[in-house]
Amino acid sequence: MTPGVFEYHRPKAVDEVLALLGQLGDDAKVLAGGHSLVPMMKLRLAEPAHLIDINAIDALRGIRQDGAAIIIGAATTQAEVIASDLLVAKCSILPEAAAQIADPQVRNCATVGGNCANGDPGNDDPAIMMALDASYVLRSQGGERQVAARDFYEGVYATVLADNELLTEIRIPTPAAGVGMSYQKIKRKVGDYAIAAAAVTLAMADGRCADAAIALTNVGDTALFSSAAADAIKGTSVDAAAIDAAAQAAMAAAAPAEDLRGTVAYRTAMAGQMTRRAIVQALSRATGS
Amino acid sequence: MSSQKISLTINGEAVEAEVEARTLLIHFLREQRNLTGPHIGCETSHCGACTVDLNGKSVKSCTIFAVQADGGELLTVEGLANGAELHPLQEGFYESHGLQCGYCTPGMLTRAYRLLQENPDPSDDEIRIGISGNLCRCTGYQNIVKAVRYAADKINQAEGAD
Repeated sequence: MTPGVFEYHRPKAVDEVLALLGQLGDDAKVLAGGHSLVPMMKLRLAEPAHLIDINAIDALRGIRQDGAAIIIGAATTQAEVIASDLLVAKCSILPEAAAQIADPQVRNCATVGGNCANGDPGNDDPAIMMALDASYVLRSQGGERQVAARDFYEGVYATVLADNELLTEIRIPTPAAGVGMSYQKIKRKVGDYAIAAAAVTLAMADGRCADAAIALTNVGDTALFSSAAADAIKGTSVDAAAIDAAAQAAMAAAAPAEDLRGTVAYRTAMAGQMTRRAIVQALSRATGS
Repeated sequence: MSSQKISLTINGEAVEAEVEARTLLIHFLREQRNLTGPHIGCETSHCGACTVDLNGKSVKSCTIFAVQADGGELLTVEGLANGAELHPLQEGFYESHGLQCGYCTPGMLTRAYRLLQENPDPSDDEIRIGISGNLCRCTGYQNIVKAVRYAADKINQAEGAD
């Protein structure tokens, strides 16, 4: 399997990428880790005339604290996420989830930006970014805008990212100390996409859930942010009844397709089950029990 | 047809070549360099038979373009042995029956090589996680894990003796 013919660009700076995107528009695709794009090109499902490789641009890599936000460069690999002391200490949901993405070789290439921007509902980072209320920094020659992860996704492989824009970094409001978080994913085997997965963040105060966010992976056309599921536990002691109500709300939000990973009923049930498990683990982390 | 020059180091040897932009690294290695150790298995980045070491990291060469290796340092299974002397991993696969048909073996060896650089004394579980991107369809994982363990012990003993 060999991809179609294309012209290869390896710019050294973001401005060069933006100039190329401005000039080439949808004739060009951005190559980050390539582990979604290159297989699509081999199948000729994608046949870009130009490929813009962003791997030589150091400014797009790295994980750092910037005031109240954690910034992840779009070309940062999943292996770098796993190895990040900053994320392990302050945003453990990301390295824990990254360890469940693909396999070691793929994680050496696959990037957070690709995972977020690709628009594949099977990708794991979108739901997590929704739960963390992250924003995506999108740049073009015309300027820069920030779009909340919760507003970014429109459908399968459809996002608000314009043809002339590049996702340069992801900004995550640093979770306060005491926020519990968990990503629970059920999959058939190493490297597979989720049958269903749930990302949960929650904070407790005086024995009550003061804040929560819940989002689901691979049970709809996009990652699904479920306010109803989070509302079911907010203000409660997060007892069994509240957790059950949240799981029911997650199942109501889920609209999976039947595929090799299971029937609609099974995948819907797993969306509920992953929500339960993620709430239980996030709660235990929030309360230190 | 857009082709371009690349220069890189392969198994310690400086190489210059001309490749089409769309040439995958695995095709470049096998067809232009006659390095047929890295195998083409699934061609979809699942099986790991094409695993090589690029700039100190294990990667699947079926999902990287040769142009992306420009300026890089590459190791394939052909670069593991020291002349006629097998690498401890190769010896381990031989001694522990770590292969049956052998198709996955070059990828297993290059992946295990990097795993032992990253973690010189892995537990069996860490070995299994470390090679989770490499499939063996003879289902010979038990002996592959033993083979990696054999190599780790041998390397660590040799270093301890220094």
